[in-house]
Amino acid sequence: MDTLYGLVIAPFADFGFMQRALIGSLMLSLGACPIGVFLMLRRMSLSGDAMAHAILPGAAAGFLFYGLEILPMTIGGLIAGVIVALGAGAVSRFTIQREDASMAAFYLISLAIGVLMVSIRGSSVDLMHVLFGTVLALNDEALTLIGGIVAVTLVSLAIFWRALVAECLDPLFLRSVSRLGSPVHFIFLGLVVLNLVGGFQALGTLLSVGLMMLPAAAARFWTVRVEPMCVLAVLIGFASCVAGLLLSYHASLPSGPAIILSAGVVYFASILFGTRGILRARIVHHRHRTA
Amino acid sequence: MTNTCLTFRDLTLGYGSHPAIHHLDGTIRKGSLTAVVGANGSGKSTLMKGIVGVLKPMAGEVIRAPGVRAAYLPQQSELDRSFPARVVDLVSLGLWPRRGLLGRYTRGDRDDVGKALMAVGLGGFEKRPIDTLSGGQLQRTLFARVLLQDADLILLDEPFNAVDAKTVGDLIALIKHWHGEERTIMVVVHDLDLVRQNFPETLLLARQPIAWGETRETLKPENLLRARRFHEAWEENAPWCEPDEHAHGHDHHDRDHDHHDHQHGVGPRAA
Repeated sequence: MDTLYGLVIAPFADFGFMQRALIGSLMLSLGACPIGVFLMLRRMSLSGDAMAHAILPGAAAGFLFYGLEILPMTIGGLIAGVIVALGAGAVSRFTIQREDASMAAFYLISLAIGVLMVSIRGSSVDLMHVLFGTVLALNDEALTLIGGIVAVTLVSLAIFWRALVAECLDPLFLRSVSRLGSPVHFIFLGLVVLNLVGGFQALGTLLSVGLMMLPAAAARFWTVRVEPMCVLAVLIGFASCVAGLLLSYHASLPSGPAIILSAGVVYFASILFGTRGILRARIVHHRHRTA
Repeated sequence: MTNTCLTFRDLTLGYGSHPAIHHLDGTIRKGSLTAVVGANGSGKSTLMKGIVGVLKPMAGEVIRAPGVRAAYLPQQSELDRSFPARVVDLVSLGLWPRRGLLGRYTRGDRDDVGKALMAVGLGGFEKRPIDTLSGGQLQRTLFARVLLQDADLILLDEPFNAVDAKTVGDLIALIKHWHGEERTIMVVVHDLDLVRQNFPETLLLARQPIAWGETRETLKPENLLRARRFHEAWEENAPWCEPDEHAHGHDHHDRDHDHHDHQHGVGPRAA
């Protein structure tokens, strides 16, 4: 029992930075995982990744002017993300170009600007910091920010849930009964940006999308309904955060990748053992019902 | 004019600069049951989209009588069948006009969903994931959604595609039931025998209306022949259509086109 306590509880009980990391990453999961589910269902999984890259120049601008400060970098990232999301979204809504292509164009331009800006002033250590984050160094400011982002995300999801589901399931139907189709799409993109920005202090711009997508992708193998899928994704996110932080503590690994890799393990397990996974599909086929 | 559900006033709908519905004038009576027929590319689906408002007119307008709510079953649904939803989730979308974004579904609403599914012969399908439905079952599910929308104006675009004979019979019965309830219904159909047997009125389209009125009159051989002769392809160098021109019939290719396209201002249109 003592060993279990020592392995699982003690790191969080004894160290303030571990508690903060835990609180921060759990809050992030609460907001980002349901967003990830909808990104996946809208076949925009890679758009999340693109958007994460797009945030870089904004964060870099904040870093350039104010140094390694959370608030300017966050606001900068938010602005850059919103510009790219709105730009790419608008191009796909109002021209013949599909969202994947416009998103790729916008994020690549944005990423190039970002790298340029970081290289003007920063050393490569700073660049690493922006790219990979430091969940173990979350201060009160960062935690408050993440808390606010999660609150906004959950409230928006609760309000626009029905429209978001309708927009994913049957967009033409939604257009025939309501004008909410386009606004909901942009609100959703806004939430994606918000959650990526919230994640980048903890996990970095590149990995924050991991906590969004991997639990969602794993949850897809277990259920055929959206609501349980979101709940399950959040739970998988929680488990990954705890497991990743402990792994990082005991094995002295960087915490961000450890969290994402824990989610990756759940993903592979889900592919194999999920109720809609590979093994189940292979084995159960031998028997069938009469009707 | 209280008897009018829809009024088309010089309505032109299309894609790019090319019209798919060209200068349509006329009215749809409240409580009427109209079949819309015509060859491929004659503008049937486009007209439906224009009425729902999914496609904005290039010129003219569609006027809906005040308070008329439309339900629309598109030919090519943008439905994502891989979306994790059950039949009941899909049909419940039809509660949108009643409950909107935030209204809670009541027990009565859920009962109505069940009744709608019973009405299309899918009782007990509530919990089925939509990706396990056959094409015909999905079509009936969408019918159930239309049923639930409880609309005054019902627009069905080729609803009998991929549907077996028995189901066509069931769906026709449902349409006739709606007709009995004084709802206004427009259905795009290809099967002319089906139209003759079941639809009192018919609109025969070939980009322009060829004939419009009582089904037996509309589907006379000479009208069908004229409808078949229409030229489906767009012509990139077709002359611009002028505001007063459509009054002079279809045969205007050789006329002078030296005045400006003022009235509509939406861009050029081919003749």
